[in-house]
Amino acid sequence: MGSSSQNQDALIVASKVTKSFRDRNVLHGIELSIHQGQVVTLIGPNGAGKTTLVRILLGLLTADSGSVTHREGLRIGYMPQRVSIEHTLPITVRRFLQLANPVKPIEIDETLQKLNIVQLQHQQLVGISGGELQRVLLARALLRNPHLLVLDEPAQGVDLGGQAELYQLIGNIRSERGCGILMISHDLHLVMAATDEVVCLNHHVCCHGKPEQVSNDPAFLDLFGANVSPSLAVYTHSHNHEHDLTGDVKESGLD
Amino acid sequence: MIDSFAQLLSADFFLLALLAGLSLSLVAGPLGSFIVWRRMSYFGDTLAHSALLGIAIGLITDSSPQLSIIISCLLLAALLTVLDRKPSISTDTLLGILAHSTLAIGVVVLALTDSIRVNLEAYLFGALLTINTTDLVWVLGVVVLVGFTLHRFWNDLLSTTVHAEIARIEGVNVDRLNLILILLIALTIAVSMKIVGVLLITSLLIIPPAAARRLADTPERMALLASLIGAASILIGLIGAFYLDAPVGPTIVVCATLVFLVIFFAPVGQKD
Repeated sequence: MGSSSQNQDALIVASKVTKSFRDRNVLHGIELSIHQGQVVTLIGPNGAGKTTLVRILLGLLTADSGSVTHREGLRIGYMPQRVSIEHTLPITVRRFLQLANPVKPIEIDETLQKLNIVQLQHQQLVGISGGELQRVLLARALLRNPHLLVLDEPAQGVDLGGQAELYQLIGNIRSERGCGILMISHDLHLVMAATDEVVCLNHHVCCHGKPEQVSNDPAFLDLFGANVSPSLAVYTHSHNHEHDLTGDVKESGLD
Repeated sequence: MIDSFAQLLSADFFLLALLAGLSLSLVAGPLGSFIVWRRMSYFGDTLAHSALLGIAIGLITDSSPQLSIIISCLLLAALLTVLDRKPSISTDTLLGILAHSTLAIGVVVLALTDSIRVNLEAYLFGALLTINTTDLVWVLGVVVLVGFTLHRFWNDLLSTTVHAEIARIEGVNVDRLNLILILLIALTIAVSMKIVGVLLITSLLIIPPAAARRLADTPERMALLASLIGAASILIGLIGAFYLDAPVGPTIVVCATLVFLVIFFAPVGQKD
């Protein structure tokens, strides 16, 4: 996506990324770039390769082919999906945040306040609720003062009321810090409004664009069903192919 | 003969044993905590069992027993790291195979070398009271090295233990730290052979931290408490073994287990 001149100031650029596990082709021909101040949301069905793509972008996993380029000196804050804390490890929220290196105490206080979790700081990490843990993880990611914030299903385990609040918070972070944000999300209706670019992934990039474009895209409707569309009505797709039941692209299309 | 407590406390063999045991518990607390947090106790067992093979090889080649144990532990640690990357067999099974095959080979090799008279029991269950100054120097050297390394990498090791991927994104060299931790465990096990023996070494590493868990609210406090519980077990175990005329290594482990049980079933305390 985007011309090479646009990509020069990109935080991160993926080009022709392909990955397979054993015989299973998980990702192929992925093109993606994220710019400063841009919120990019990755959507797609379960098993579409979203987390795999994120892990490749982060450098936690190596692509079989293609390239991932980080802007020089890029600092990433990462909030992983489903963190389970070892029960035998006693650690308070504050001590956990201190592990984000290097960090000043004053920054921890500020971040705790911003995310409204000051009252949690002396509690044990294993004792807090799922929603609280998500905020603590977000705090840890923010303490890095990241150029790029990567969030893998940030609202997981958060109750419905908390979800809207969390996305509001993420929106605020972008406007205050001007960092780029890449997130994976299932909460289509909540995410769309706060997103600049939606990338619809199903082993390849099915479609991408502004939310209002993508949500009308036939490929998007194929993936998520037409019934989600009215509630979204913000994303317009522009597809030139169809998927079969396994998610593979049908050969018959005008590819 | 020793017939008073004061005489026992001033006897050379007792002081050497006590000094070796107490200095070892200094690093066994934090190191054992990492083993508990990372669920590596079976890994520790495997390293310990392989130490017997190291002893056998050391005796055959007539080289320093400490050195041959250290080398065999390090080799096994390296082998495990390499094999663990192959997903064809589960780590659990792999550890089980290596733990018992190296122990068995060690016993067989020791039995076959009939020119050398070996007290197998001393290696399996420890012989703390036969510790000499050379042994003590090895223990002190390893304690200083392990202690220094743990202190130097403490935050990064902790970060890696809590969440390896977050640590990696934050620029921590996770692979290097994992290797360092394995080497530290191998070194510590190698020099603690004489204290509790190959079959019981891991218990000295994991029981004190497990006991400390309930009383601690930070990782540092858990490590420190584990060291204190380990030191107390060694002191009480040594004296107890003398009065009961029981083997020292097992008595120390029994003491540690009693402390664990008392803390575990104590009605009051912090909730966890």
